[in-house]
Amino acid sequence: MTNFIDLTLSGVTSGAVYAAVALALVLIWRATRIINFAQGAMLMLTTYIASAVITSTGSYVIGFGAALASGLLLGALVERVLIRPVENAPELTAVIVALGLYTVLISLAGMVWGATPRAFPPAFSIRGYDIGGTHVLFAPNDTFIVLVVVAIAGILALLFRFTSLGLQLRAAAFNSEVAQLLGVRVGRMFTVGWALAALTGAVAGVLVAPSVFLAPNNFDPIMISGFVAAVLGGLDSPPGAVVGAMLLGLALSYVGGYAGTALVPIAALVVLVVVLMVRPTGLFPTTSERRV
Amino acid sequence: MLRLDGLTTDYGAVRALVGVSISVEPGSVTAVLGANGAGKTTLLRTISGLVRPAAGTVSFEGLDITRARVEDIVRRGLAHVPEGRGVIGELTVEENLRLGGLHNRATAAKPAEIYAMFPRLEDRRTQPATRLSGGERQMLSIGRALVARPKALLLDEPSLGLAPRIVAQIMSLIRHFADSLGLAVLLVEQNAASALSIAHRGVVLNLGRVVADQSPERLLGDEQLRHHYLGF
Repeated sequence: MTNFIDLTLSGVTSGAVYAAVALALVLIWRATRIINFAQGAMLMLTTYIASAVITSTGSYVIGFGAALASGLLLGALVERVLIRPVENAPELTAVIVALGLYTVLISLAGMVWGATPRAFPPAFSIRGYDIGGTHVLFAPNDTFIVLVVVAIAGILALLFRFTSLGLQLRAAAFNSEVAQLLGVRVGRMFTVGWALAALTGAVAGVLVAPSVFLAPNNFDPIMISGFVAAVLGGLDSPPGAVVGAMLLGLALSYVGGYAGTALVPIAALVVLVVVLMVRPTGLFPTTSERRV
Repeated sequence: MLRLDGLTTDYGAVRALVGVSISVEPGSVTAVLGANGAGKTTLLRTISGLVRPAAGTVSFEGLDITRARVEDIVRRGLAHVPEGRGVIGELTVEENLRLGGLHNRATAAKPAEIYAMFPRLEDRRTQPATRLSGGERQMLSIGRALVARPKALLLDEPSLGLAPRIVAQIMSLIRHFADSLGLAVLLVEQNAASALSIAHRGVVLNLGRVVADQSPERLLGDEQLRHHYLGF
């Protein structure tokens, strides 16, 4: 029973991290119809930056802020410099550009920081809570992870729902030509969308780094899980991405706990294949509504 | 106010517009008529900057806007209501309206003003625009264009797919806005009869060329022209 509770809580924590990655992917997909395969590498880079800032300042908060700031900047930069020129090219072009960026960033990180994994400090204790004499693995840092992701998702929801920037972002994403005809600076909205996405990804990087350790390729698995979660949620829907991520987090946690951790990456891909076979539009499709 | 001079636009390998010259004055409706593929939609897309012309100029209030960005053209007061009732279905009626006025918030009309013109929209303000009927969508996209208080209005086939009674209603509203707001209206229509019923002038396009530019009365009186190009 304790084992089940531990697995469930750990599923919620990893689900939260997947949710942040999935949100990053969904934001970009909605805005520019591109799967950002470089997302894992981008959040790897911002996490290295956070690590360097934490080491030199000794402050986790400043390091976290550095990750957010560099995420915003990196996202905007990638959209402006790499994606904008291929915006009107066939869809595959942008995908290849993203894969190219992934390769460049991974190699760059290897050259600058080396391939040896480094420790990354958690924000809070990773010693589990004692609840009524029972020791669980869920720790204060896990609470922090879940709360941060809930906050980010909440802020994004409020931004998109209730601000005029959000209205313009949605308009640009749903119908860029009509938005343009209404005076919306669509290009700028795409840049903002990429920046917000990369910021969300940067958060995921910092949150997951203490448990995966910092190395150029160590974020690939959460990129895959984030992608599966986004597809589960229908790729177009931010709430869908969050729910998809939670389901996936729980499923993978149970697989890891009861069937062995080696099976986890395969299980993620099995979930992806099954979802695509049974419900190609994801669990929360919005596309059918769009075609009316 | 809006002047097109020798506008020539290529659509892929096809020359969609050939030396089109039209001018539209404030408070008047100019109907652009012609069959499918005559170049009507391309004409509007060229004016609003969505498509770049191969030659010729577009000027608005004496200013050359031929190479201006789409968003900047709108911001100058030239509103384009695209074909297929370009409402954004995922947004609510009110969000669509608000979107129309974001670039000049200080002077833009409040949604309430638009609801006064189109009372049916008010009942549906919180609904996503996909739920609207065809006529309501057309009203929403015209209303949304009016939010920014434009000086000129480009309308692409507002009658498309609507019942005759609704078409008549929309047409009389368009004329009403031209008269009361002093709008320069360029109205592209396949439905020549209803467009000419409210127009001050009619321009007939055929294969991208202007083949007639006259008063509605004279266009309607020219039987050969009517048969050949307008299909009635």
